[in-house]
Amino acid sequence: MRGPECVGAPFEAVAAGQPFYEPSLYTVKAVLILDNDGERLYAKYYDETYPTVKEQKAFEKNIFNKTHRTDSEIALLEGLTVVYKSNIDLYFYVIGSSHENELMLMSVLNCLFDSLSQMLRKNVEKRALLENMEGLFLAVDEIVDGGVILESDPLQVVHRVALRGDDVPLTEQTVTQVLQSAKEQIKWSLLR
Amino acid sequence: MRHSCMLLLCWQSDISGAPNTPGLSQYDIYNLVICCSQARIFNETPINPRRCLHILTKIIYLLNQGEHFGTTEATEAFFAMTRLFQSNDQTLRRMCYLTIKEMANISEDVIIVTSSLTKDMTGKEDVYRGPAIRALCRITDTTMLQAIERYMKQAIVDKVPSVSSSALVSSLHMVRMSYDVVKRWVNEAQEAASSDNIMVQYHALGLLYHLRKNDRLAVSKMLNKFTKSGLKSPFAYCMLIRIASRLLEETEGGHDSPLFDFIESCLRNKHEMVVYEAASAIVHMPNCTARELAPAVSVLQLFCSSPKAALRYAAVRTLNKVAMKHPSAVTACNLDLENLITDSNRSIATLAITTLLKTGSESSVDRLMKQISSFVSEISDEFKVVVVQAISALCQKYPRKHSVMMNFLSNMLRDDGGFEYKRAIVDCIISIIEENPESKETGLAHLCEFIEDCEHTVLATKILHLLGREGPRTPSPSKYIRFIFNRVVLESEAVRAAAVSALAKFGAQNDDLLPSVLVLMQRCMMDSDDEVRDRATFYMNVLQQKQKALNAAYIFNGLSVSVPGLEKSLHQYTLEPSEKPFDMKTVPLATTTVSEQKTELAPVASSKLPEKLAPSRQDIYQEQLAAIPEFQGLGPLFKSSEPVQLTEAETEYVVRCIKHTFASHMVFQFDCTNTLNDQLLQKVVVQMEPSEAYEIVQYVPAASLPYSQPGSCYSLVRLPEDDPTAVSCTFSCTMKYLVRDCDPNTGEPDDDGYDDEYVLEDLEVTVADHIQKVLKPNFAAAWEEVGDEFEKEETFALASVRTLEGNTVNSFKKNCLMGIVIAPDWLYTHSVA
Repeated sequence: MRGPECVGAPFEAVAAGQPFYEPSLYTVKAVLILDNDGERLYAKYYDETYPTVKEQKAFEKNIFNKTHRTDSEIALLEGLTVVYKSNIDLYFYVIGSSHENELMLMSVLNCLFDSLSQMLRKNVEKRALLENMEGLFLAVDEIVDGGVILESDPLQVVHRVALRGDDVPLTEQTVTQVLQSAKEQIKWSLLR
Repeated sequence: MRHSCMLLLCWQSDISGAPNTPGLSQYDIYNLVICCSQARIFNETPINPRRCLHILTKIIYLLNQGEHFGTTEATEAFFAMTRLFQSNDQTLRRMCYLTIKEMANISEDVIIVTSSLTKDMTGKEDVYRGPAIRALCRITDTTMLQAIERYMKQAIVDKVPSVSSSALVSSLHMVRMSYDVVKRWVNEAQEAASSDNIMVQYHALGLLYHLRKNDRLAVSKMLNKFTKSGLKSPFAYCMLIRIASRLLEETEGGHDSPLFDFIESCLRNKHEMVVYEAASAIVHMPNCTARELAPAVSVLQLFCSSPKAALRYAAVRTLNKVAMKHPSAVTACNLDLENLITDSNRSIATLAITTLLKTGSESSVDRLMKQISSFVSEISDEFKVVVVQAISALCQKYPRKHSVMMNFLSNMLRDDGGFEYKRAIVDCIISIIEENPESKETGLAHLCEFIEDCEHTVLATKILHLLGREGPRTPSPSKYIRFIFNRVVLESEAVRAAAVSALAKFGAQNDDLLPSVLVLMQRCMMDSDDEVRDRATFYMNVLQQKQKALNAAYIFNGLSVSVPGLEKSLHQYTLEPSEKPFDMKTVPLATTTVSEQKTELAPVASSKLPEKLAPSRQDIYQEQLAAIPEFQGLGPLFKSSEPVQLTEAETEYVVRCIKHTFASHMVFQFDCTNTLNDQLLQKVVVQMEPSEAYEIVQYVPAASLPYSQPGSCYSLVRLPEDDPTAVSCTFSCTMKYLVRDCDPNTGEPDDDGYDDEYVLEDLEVTVADHIQKVLKPNFAAAWEEVGDEFEKEETFALASVRTLEGNTVNSFKKNCLMGIVIAPDWLYTHSVA
């Protein structure tokens, strides 16, 4: 069995007293979605910066406290660059190391937000998201893989996630649902 | 059975659209155990994709919330899930891949899905192939990787971008696990790099670099190729810029190289991401001239007025870094920065102000400080540290402004804040005190106030130490006693001990305070902590003697030995028990590095790793020399010189010498490198002819010196005993060795060789090699301690004392035009008018 998914980035190396950074595809340290109480709806950490759930939650709390009042898109926290965006009752965060190209992180955040916005038909809020968690899981899986940016074009992401629409074929409806709709129809025919 | 029926019921009511209370997620009411028991629905025939999907979603959701999942439950749920591969529902299948990835660490036997995943990976459905590759690579180990190698190669060059990208990224993840296997896919990655898809290009480039990064030539070729052909992907361009700047740094190539031209050309790229990456790369290059910086600074200036906060932030943060080294280069942006100081993003505003503080004139300082104090409470600790660093730099630049700064700092000190932040402020105040004697009293007063309510032991002890050093020499030392003694009453052991030491220093230097200090000491002797009591008893006894020399030796000047050296000596002593007590004199002296470690004002990036005390260069040499049997019994290493080059840079053999000085011997270490790939040198010795009465005791040859592998040989020399003043000497050096020609390709040497020699440049031993900088924290006390009999008044014409250069001039400056240096057996005291 292999170790945790965190194929984490061996970015930091120090030589000759001056830090230099190994060029690498590993860009994203974490992707978070919190609700308006700062509770975790989704969190994916790609390296060992915060190894335990406890440390992660503490970090999320800190991040939320520092960002939820201001709508200012970017911050530096605990030595990490955090780009964020909020919509109604959702807070989206993408986290990278402090020497990472901020615009790259921003492109990940925008891609995530725009993909979800399309998938939820512009209805980006907590309730809609909770009803489409599988869509979120699949979308993040297409955008970032183990810290590497896999895709940054929301159209591509939505296309690849290829969520099935609401038109459920009859065979897949449950007995209750069939009964329910039959009942409704009878009711209407009687009332008429 | 009934239990599961109930669950089923509750489950059905759930999906038939039972109303949820708003704000409460429908997932919250489940926990993993229930979820797993629900996983038995997976076994129903026919499979109901919608219900199964819902359960998988819940399992992943709960795992994501950090719920714990037992191995048996996970394995059971996992086995049930494998059956879902029979369904052809797309979303369901994709969720199965995700579940496999999530469970890879928890459940055993994930390996059993390998064949299903392999089938999907090579199948016709493009929607499945990419995710299947990623899931498969996640659970594969080195042995199984061989089995899927063929498919991976095909997938890398697949024409569907998502398949190719997935294969490339997964390969990158697996490099760490099985480098040798992945290395065989270089050709395929090469082919993928010329793909039309921008992400595939980026991933292929990343993988190629990762596989070749240790081969500088291959990296350079690759860069050459891609910079010429041009790429479409902005991500790939960023990667290329990083690789290029890394290569420039490693080769220390001049800025006229094509790589630099490439980076500069990226400043005109149409993607902001690439332009910023290039500008940032240029700014971070060491030794960049103002002219080279100018184009980068001007694109950053443009970004300052961007509507995107992230871009403004990136620009001003990078400008802030430029301002540290080249304030004048940023002056042109002052107007744009002025506009940013009211930015709604406080991080941007802070960075703009701190940059202006570095580039602006003295007159603007007051205004900027006022502006920043209006919102300092709103910004994060990281940025507060940046502000403090800017203030610290400012105080060095405009010493007259120290009163404004000191005021500001003391206000910041009173606010809430974390350790890093408080430490930065304290360090800043201390550096102001050291540089502006007139600010000393106010500074100390602020620090005294701070330790009255300070939760950080490290800071409290640091300040107490400072008070002990500076306090006794102020006009009214008595007012500090109260603050110090309060610590003894109120604080933890470490702080109490530090307070006792500080008190002792007051007692030792101020005769009129001595009686009161003794009374306080008496009280400290009843402390509950051993260390505090021991210190108090010790100082009490020393102070009662009322002897200057004792005070100096035991109170003012602490240990002057190197800490790692002391640790090693003590360890050695415990390994070899002997009757003799441990002798402090066998420990090498500490070299003065403490005062010179002015940390660079790099903003933030607070590393989470604890800083490890690195052994000094000298400690490393000490250890290396001790390992050579010929050099045992020389005593502690007194000093190691900087390397001296004995050859020109581009010659057949490169030799440099490090001079190690011991009490009555010197060891010359010759680091030789053979730069001829058709020669193997053996029995290499550097023969030395002294000009003075130095005696060559022994040569330790380097056994063999193959191409480009450095080796060391040594010469041991005894210092002349009868004439202690004969400290300088010139040695003429010749390197002698046995040459064996060898095949440059295989490195196979011929059987027989011939003797040869190579004349090196002369080596000088000078007074500086016998002089060591030592830490004397309290110079005045050390001066008194030396006493009158050694005092000499002499006038040095500094220009002629060439051999002292570097060694002492620095310390002269540091210690207010006076320096003290000690040689092994005799003492030099210099005073410079």
